[in-house]
Amino acid sequence: MGKKVLLIEDEPNIIEAISFILSRDGWEVKTHANGHDAMDAVRRRAPDLIILDVMLPGKSGYDILGEIRHDADYASTPVLMLTARGQTRDRELAERAGVNRYMTKPFSNADVLAAVRDLVGT
Amino acid sequence: MPERLMIGTRIRERRVLNGMRQTELARQAGISPSYLNLIEHNRRRIGGKTLLKLAEALEVEPSRLTEGAEAAVVGGLREAASDSETAERDRIEEFAGRFPGWAGLLVDLHRRTEALERTIDTLTDRLAHDPFLADSLHEVISSVTAIRATASILVETEQLEPEWQARFHRNINEDAARLTEGAQALVRYLETAPRRDADLTSPQDEMHAVLAARDYHFSELERPDAHVQDVARLVAAEARSGLSAPAQNLLATVLTRYLEDARALPLSVLRAQLNRLGPEPDRLAAATGAGLALVFRRLATLPEEVAGPIGLVICDASGTLVFRKPINGFAVPRLTGACALWPLYQAMTQPLAPLRMRVRQTGRGGETVLALAVAVPSGPGSFERPAPMQAHMLLQPDPGESAGPVRTLGVSCRICALSLCEARREPSILSEGF
Repeated sequence: MGKKVLLIEDEPNIIEAISFILSRDGWEVKTHANGHDAMDAVRRRAPDLIILDVMLPGKSGYDILGEIRHDADYASTPVLMLTARGQTRDRELAERAGVNRYMTKPFSNADVLAAVRDLVGT
Repeated sequence: MPERLMIGTRIRERRVLNGMRQTELARQAGISPSYLNLIEHNRRRIGGKTLLKLAEALEVEPSRLTEGAEAAVVGGLREAASDSETAERDRIEEFAGRFPGWAGLLVDLHRRTEALERTIDTLTDRLAHDPFLADSLHEVISSVTAIRATASILVETEQLEPEWQARFHRNINEDAARLTEGAQALVRYLETAPRRDADLTSPQDEMHAVLAARDYHFSELERPDAHVQDVARLVAAEARSGLSAPAQNLLATVLTRYLEDARALPLSVLRAQLNRLGPEPDRLAAATGAGLALVFRRLATLPEEVAGPIGLVICDASGTLVFRKPINGFAVPRLTGACALWPLYQAMTQPLAPLRMRVRQTGRGGETVLALAVAVPSGPGSFERPAPMQAHMLLQPDPGESAGPVRTLGVSCRICALSLCEARREPSILSEGF
């Protein structure tokens, strides 16, 4: 079984596409579709990497990232943030919150795959 | 060239314009032609009687010669040249004097450019803060992202199983349909955007901008001796600042009611009871003898440091929002078509029966707030015509779970993600079934 990726994203077809390309690359992909209990999902899935959308129903990706970084067990888990927002201030906000990589939508599958591999060090 | 020296240039131009010879003008002004020649070439300073006589002979006001018709143009040119590194600033007056038509055109173009820049700023601001537009664009980008990712899989994956192929084809089809709807919604929205900077906002928007600029509080109307003429003065002041005529009418209506409200529930009484009871409308109403709707409106005029953050939405019987004072965490549509689940509309179905509930808008940025609503007549009725009704909804910070369960509702159907909503009147541009 490959390393575990938790994808927190609310668009079903984006979830399906990313899950497919990562699964084909040997990753074990778990998904979660809302912000409310995203941190519970992180603790339950114990991922090696988290792919996090910014604009989620219930709670923003920035808030979830803040919770991840304040949890001793996951403070150093790599987080790849995906968002439709590409403005400098959004990127700065993500970096301040402790993101490892920030990609704007629409992204290329190859870039996502490369980022995941790079962040987990495979 | 100093302005005083430009008087000669203006005299010469005016003389030429009038078709006079130097000798003729000199004779009428009682000076020698050679002296006039020196004046016209700005080599002699003039003033007093000579200036008056020349002005009389040229049939212009003396001030046109001393200040020039181009005074405003010179000011405009200075403004236009302020950011330029190449314009010859020391020759602005000479340019305006010698080429008044071109100078005027340049100033007009500069002002037009400034107006267009303001338009861009306003549209940019709208783009950044308009929840409809921001959410619509987000949905379009999400659809494009899904299509791109799925299409890449179909193209780049060798030996893709037929079931996956079918699945991704279906996904692309779904996202393409969603993208189409989102794009069409955006086009419709943008097509309704005004085209001229003067029309950038609706009269309602203009009126609300005036209220917001004053933080919804008008101390002029809070005085015990405030009169309807104070309303007229306030409206006239805004008219001088460019408020459109329709917006002036709206503002006059809102401020007249403000004045009536302030008379019915004076600020001193309200603040005294507020200090005693806190911002609780039902208790304030009981203590002051005022109706709930009046208390809502009066609370909404108080600065935040006095009564805390308070929002207020008022609609008429058609559901059209006629007053909007926003509160953080609860979005209110700019135009019409708010969510039918709002207590505001429920109140309209049961006039005079106050409602109180915690509400939270679905989607991003929504916060739980306390909504208090009541519908009351806004005017007298008769046997021929029923009294017009207005529903008021006061929005306050969430008091917590003790105030009861939270009702989930939306901003407007078009951007609402609630999939099973009996109140839905049009499809959402968001995908169904999150």
